[in-house]
Amino acid sequence: MALPNYTPLNYRIWHYTYLTICSLVFFFLIAPLFVILPLSFNAEQYIHFSEKMLAFDPDGFSLRWYEDMIWGTKNPWGLATKNSLIIAFFATIGSTVLGTIAALGLSSRHMPYKAAFMALLISPMIVPLIISGTAIFFFMAKVGLAATHTGIILSHIILGTPFVVITVTATLTGFDHSVTRAAASLGSNPVNTFMKVTLPLITPGVISGALFAFVTSFDEVVVVLFLAGLENTTIPIQMWVGLREQLSPTILAVATCLIIMSTLILVSAELLRRRSERLRGINR
Amino acid sequence: MSKEQILSSDGLPLEVSLKKAERKNKIKAVLLVAPLFLFIFITYVMPIGDMLFRSVDDRMITKMLPNTFAALEKWDSKELPDEKVYEAFYKDFYPLAMNKTSGKLYARLNYEKSGFSSGLKKTNRKIKKFEKGNYKEQFMATHKIWNKVEYWTALKNTAPKWSYAKYLKGMDLKFDDQRNIVQVDKDRQIHKILWMRTLNVAFWVTIFCFVLSYPIAHLLATLPMKYSNLLMICVLLPFWTSLLVRTSSWMVLLQQQGPINDFIVWLGIAADDNRPELMYNVVGTFVAMTQILLPFMVLPLYSVMKTISPSLMRAGKSLGGTPLVAFAKVYFPLTIPGIGAGCLLVFILAIGYYITPALVGGASGSLISNTIAYHMKSSLDWAFASALGTMLLVGVLTIYWVYNKLVGIDNIKLG
Repeated sequence: MALPNYTPLNYRIWHYTYLTICSLVFFFLIAPLFVILPLSFNAEQYIHFSEKMLAFDPDGFSLRWYEDMIWGTKNPWGLATKNSLIIAFFATIGSTVLGTIAALGLSSRHMPYKAAFMALLISPMIVPLIISGTAIFFFMAKVGLAATHTGIILSHIILGTPFVVITVTATLTGFDHSVTRAAASLGSNPVNTFMKVTLPLITPGVISGALFAFVTSFDEVVVVLFLAGLENTTIPIQMWVGLREQLSPTILAVATCLIIMSTLILVSAELLRRRSERLRGINR
Repeated sequence: MSKEQILSSDGLPLEVSLKKAERKNKIKAVLLVAPLFLFIFITYVMPIGDMLFRSVDDRMITKMLPNTFAALEKWDSKELPDEKVYEAFYKDFYPLAMNKTSGKLYARLNYEKSGFSSGLKKTNRKIKKFEKGNYKEQFMATHKIWNKVEYWTALKNTAPKWSYAKYLKGMDLKFDDQRNIVQVDKDRQIHKILWMRTLNVAFWVTIFCFVLSYPIAHLLATLPMKYSNLLMICVLLPFWTSLLVRTSSWMVLLQQQGPINDFIVWLGIAADDNRPELMYNVVGTFVAMTQILLPFMVLPLYSVMKTISPSLMRAGKSLGGTPLVAFAKVYFPLTIPGIGAGCLLVFILAIGYYITPALVGGASGSLISNTIAYHMKSSLDWAFASALGTMLLVGVLTIYWVYNKLVGIDNIKLG
């Protein structure tokens, strides 16, 4: 952003101050994440930079905490990863299916009391998690699903559906309903129309909703903290337990893996968003 | 004037036929929404109702001591009750002691007045040897709580089936012996401090987020696409990263041997052996929550600013406004929906925050959510946790309502 030559001095000063402030804020946003990366390769059992690390001595770095994460005998990360993936997988499928179907109904112009239904369906996103956790715990305890995978999956479906409903209804606002009428007039039944015409067009919205639901489930601590027994431990729960006891380099190794995962999710979400905009004919 | 009726192909009037089709579409739409609606209603809305119910439900003790409460009804609360009441209590308590189901009673009555637990435990051991008749003397000989009018008043106060005592406790109020509402002792007023701190943290975190987000959202919205996409990653990467990862990075940064403290020592602000505590207090809560919630402010601001045409600012300036005037009169008012959405989002998220304050906040930086979790998991006073949760929920819904009146919820723009 080069300024033209004729820019007055005071404006010039203001402009560079503004850019400096922005850079500092961006630094504040992103820098904390990058502190974790080098420290997870620490050769020593501390979580601050050793002198060898600061001198870039190769002896200061090692992969021992990654080895500990994968093969460490008393480390629960294997079980936690397995549980997290199972729970997130089923929760994602559940929220995506329920949320997409509901979004189809909600974006129909024939739907009565649309605003009220919408408010109710996205309420799990609005109500503070601690309250949702308390209420869901009471329910699961009553029906005997506390400390089971099923209970946790169901509660993550509750928390994940609002995101799917929102992303899919957003995709459907730009949706041209004449294509479904065209399909119907050509003799297609509603299910076939949905599978062959509607779904391919709203796929980007559905997938980005599913991504949100996946991340919500994979990252969720509060409800699992209330519901989980020892068998149902997940990655966030293990991190929570570890952080409460003592900050160990192994946790930083896990955190690094999670940062890599979120980078991948970010890239795919961004690609999906652009594809969705292209499909809906929005060019900005 | 006669009206010509238009008939559809199957002979029905068009109006009827159209209505029929409309109704069919309506039913179709409702049926599509129904599965999720039922699911959310049963697993989420009803449990929240259950939570409200639990916060006022006090029937357990009413069921456990029916004879006692019936006998106490005529008691005037001035002197010790007469033999009849003691006998009634014996009738209620003896089976509980025999079945070993009196444990819940200790806990319940000890919330009401401390001392009950030890008194009842002792009574529980001795009651098997009680002789018939003259129960008053036998009780009074067993434990001193039975010679005190206060304990009987406290017991009588638990008689109603429904009680809002938990809500009073959440506001540091209580019933005194005459059932007047009074403040609890000064040194026990912890909840008022917690509510104030929660509001305070939520308010300042919202302000900090707004002040930090506004310039970068503006920069992102005005830069050419290829630069802004790159910078957008700085906002989106934290947004997609696990909350616990971000909290642990703040724990690394803020610890006493951490980089920020190193920097402070290097600058010479603090001595190496006297490093300031940046974590496990309210400072840690502020800094970490601001950074974690920042993307929730940037994204709505960005999406609103993106729609503001740059020619508006140019027009403002060409009409004689200085850049500052053009900004204040033209640009800023147009961004208000984004500001509203961002502030609402951050404030509501902050007011119910649990994980980050629990990890970096320590005792002086913990918020109301932490207390709810404590009563759910440790003290197991679920009724009190429900009451605090309900109070928080009412607060959040009020904020939405006010926001809807002022700005309109439809003006919210996300992403």
